[in-house]
Amino acid sequence: MIEYILNIAIISVYPFLFIGIINKIKAFWGGREGASVFQPLYDFIKLLKKGEVISSTTSFIFNITPSLNLAAVLFAGLFVPLINQKAIISFEGDFILFAYILALSRFFSIISAMDTGSSFEGMGASREVSFSTLVEPAFFITIASIAALSGVNSFQNLSLILQNTGETGYLIIILSIVVIFMMILVEGCRVPVDDPNTHLELTMVHEVMILDNSGPDLALINYANSLKMILFSSLIANLMIPAGATLLNASICFTGIVLFLAILIGTIESGTARYRMTRLFEFIFLMSSVSLLILALTMIAIYESPVGVIK
Amino acid sequence: MKWIKTQNNKVLDLNDIPLLDLRNLRQEIILESKEGKRVIGFFGAKEASLIRLYVILADDKNSCLLISSAIISKINSYPSITNEIPAFHAFEREFFEEFGVESSDHPWLKPVRYSQNRFDKTQKIENYPFFKMEGEDVHEVAVGPIHAGVIEPGHFRFMCNGENVYHLEIQLGYQHKNIEDLFLQKNKPLMHLAESIAGDTVIGHSIAYCNAVEALMNIQISERAELIRAVALEMERIAVHIGDLGAISNDIAYLMGNSIFGATRTLVINTLLEICGSRYGRGLVREGGVAFDIDENLSDRISKMLDTILKSVKIIGETLFSSSSVLSRLEKTGVLSKETALEIGLAGMSARASGISIDIRTNHPWGEYKNRNTEIITMKTGDVYARAYIRYMEIMQSAEIIRDLLKKLSVCKDNQLLSAFQHKLKSNSIVVSMTEGWRGEVVHTVLTDESGNISKYKIKDPSFNNWYGLALAVRDNGISNFPLINKSFNLSYCGNDL
Repeated sequence: MIEYILNIAIISVYPFLFIGIINKIKAFWGGREGASVFQPLYDFIKLLKKGEVISSTTSFIFNITPSLNLAAVLFAGLFVPLINQKAIISFEGDFILFAYILALSRFFSIISAMDTGSSFEGMGASREVSFSTLVEPAFFITIASIAALSGVNSFQNLSLILQNTGETGYLIIILSIVVIFMMILVEGCRVPVDDPNTHLELTMVHEVMILDNSGPDLALINYANSLKMILFSSLIANLMIPAGATLLNASICFTGIVLFLAILIGTIESGTARYRMTRLFEFIFLMSSVSLLILALTMIAIYESPVGVIK
Repeated sequence: MKWIKTQNNKVLDLNDIPLLDLRNLRQEIILESKEGKRVIGFFGAKEASLIRLYVILADDKNSCLLISSAIISKINSYPSITNEIPAFHAFEREFFEEFGVESSDHPWLKPVRYSQNRFDKTQKIENYPFFKMEGEDVHEVAVGPIHAGVIEPGHFRFMCNGENVYHLEIQLGYQHKNIEDLFLQKNKPLMHLAESIAGDTVIGHSIAYCNAVEALMNIQISERAELIRAVALEMERIAVHIGDLGAISNDIAYLMGNSIFGATRTLVINTLLEICGSRYGRGLVREGGVAFDIDENLSDRISKMLDTILKSVKIIGETLFSSSSVLSRLEKTGVLSKETALEIGLAGMSARASGISIDIRTNHPWGEYKNRNTEIITMKTGDVYARAYIRYMEIMQSAEIIRDLLKKLSVCKDNQLLSAFQHKLKSNSIVVSMTEGWRGEVVHTVLTDESGNISKYKIKDPSFNNWYGLALAVRDNGISNFPLINKSFNLSYCGNDL
């Protein structure tokens, strides 16, 4: 029971802190003091209190998207184990539902961007579509390979990889962490994929799609987006935390890993320039190649093993 | 005589300016331009009920200027020069807008500004037929005139195929304040007007104004004043260049560059504040000299400031220009070849980045620059990298110049800041005054009438030449690269809109 309560607490607080810490790290590297790590939370509350401006060219799609978006991400969050490798809901093949619930939210944010009729937002939507079509295969190849090799059939059992596969498992875990980390950068719209701080509409991907959103809607979108980053981060955390840790140890490890990821993202954002739009595909293809490597490792492991490991 | 030779800041009697037939003048212009002369002035002035067209060409190799003119009467069109020499296109458009004299086969006779003092007031920007591209997979993206962030207004229309830009049409003029005619007012503080032509080139424009009126009043300013003006001009260059490098870093999300260059720029403009009480150098340059002195104490502080900023600019500049992620964004982005740059008459720093060797400080020196040989820094590639790196090198160069000027100041015995003068301009004269602002050549041409009043004040900011260069540089680039290319030129809207 306590795990469920902790999970809900994490879902509601960590996303804000995650962004807050990234911004603090960026400020540190820039030689500035920076805003408080709670600033994203204050912004969220401020936006909730504000009114909204809704363009007269939009339809109901634009109105329902922010709520639907958040609902979808929250729903997807139920399958992801957070503290102590316990997800709130778990069943066989839940990662397929996870991926497509997120795809649903993306679908709506894309058509909502098109709904505004702005040439900027259409441009952003087209970029978002091209990236996500390339990200999806990488995710599935990785997850499916893990499932095939280790018999892990839901997010909750991720920690069983090592137990089931032995040494190959280490390699697969390392490579999976690479893939999922790159996915955080893509899904969370961070540098080098996207620049969350820019004011230049022509260069934006995610930001340009929400140009017309304001007030509570914007608050929901921002929260959903940072929650997505926490969900992917917790996948990394769960790959790293060994099975059978106590609740306290697992919580400390989880928080530590998420904190480390925030610091890492902040540092990457400070030290690298954003990629050229055309070169972003190379970045995403890199992610796909690593996932293919995982697939190859899986194949080798399966064919070399005399009994086969598929359960 | 077809042309009269003159020099930067040299006063000529208007009666000495050759008066040709318009067709004849056109032939002459084409002839001279093909020999490598550059147009720096092409404007009309009302003379009785007629229009007199003045043409000023710069001969950079021989440090001289060529002036000629033609009276335009009873005609409202002539064969365009642009067809032969594309560098004239903006000048001819401006002339057409102001006086309604059409250059008949001009390829693109669009008004430059849609300003209120134009000849044909029925034409409005609302009815202007922008370039159109037809096709299933082509789309247009319109940006501005109101932009995100605190920048000036301008309308950009991109014709794209997906992410790729085929063509960019730029529409400016939203800031037109008719500043050239404001200079014709009598007994007004014109110095303040000159400082307000373009907010980022305060020193460049005010020196150009002062040089012109000082030449017309025939006064010589003190050596000390010349030195202080040069220090201020170079400091303006350093400040804007550092700010631009920060802005370029910001556009490619290179955070470190943005914050450190930003902080360093503040040091420079705060030093300007110490000199004259304004961070942008307002109030420093005055007719007859300068209003503020740089004493020993201040001179020490400027040297210390130079040490500090050079240290941080070097550290962060070396990191910036050796970071692969940065170079991959800057290199081969927004390329403007030397041939194109020459053809469209690109000016200043952007031209030097494309390999054209022009710098008014060397080619047409004035004041203190006559005593020194400023090396012209050029790059070859003409891409964003070249325009960024040339800034880095010019910061270093300007710092060296300032150090040298400070040394000269410390041994300068002359303590006079402002020379006494009578505000009486030489009548019936013309003077061309050029300075090298941070963006490039600033040209002020002043004409006076019989009673010694200013009858025509013509300003050319380098932005006037370079906006079209930006439009060409964006072609065949991703639309997401536009902000970066735009920042690498960093052109002035009000310098163009006037």
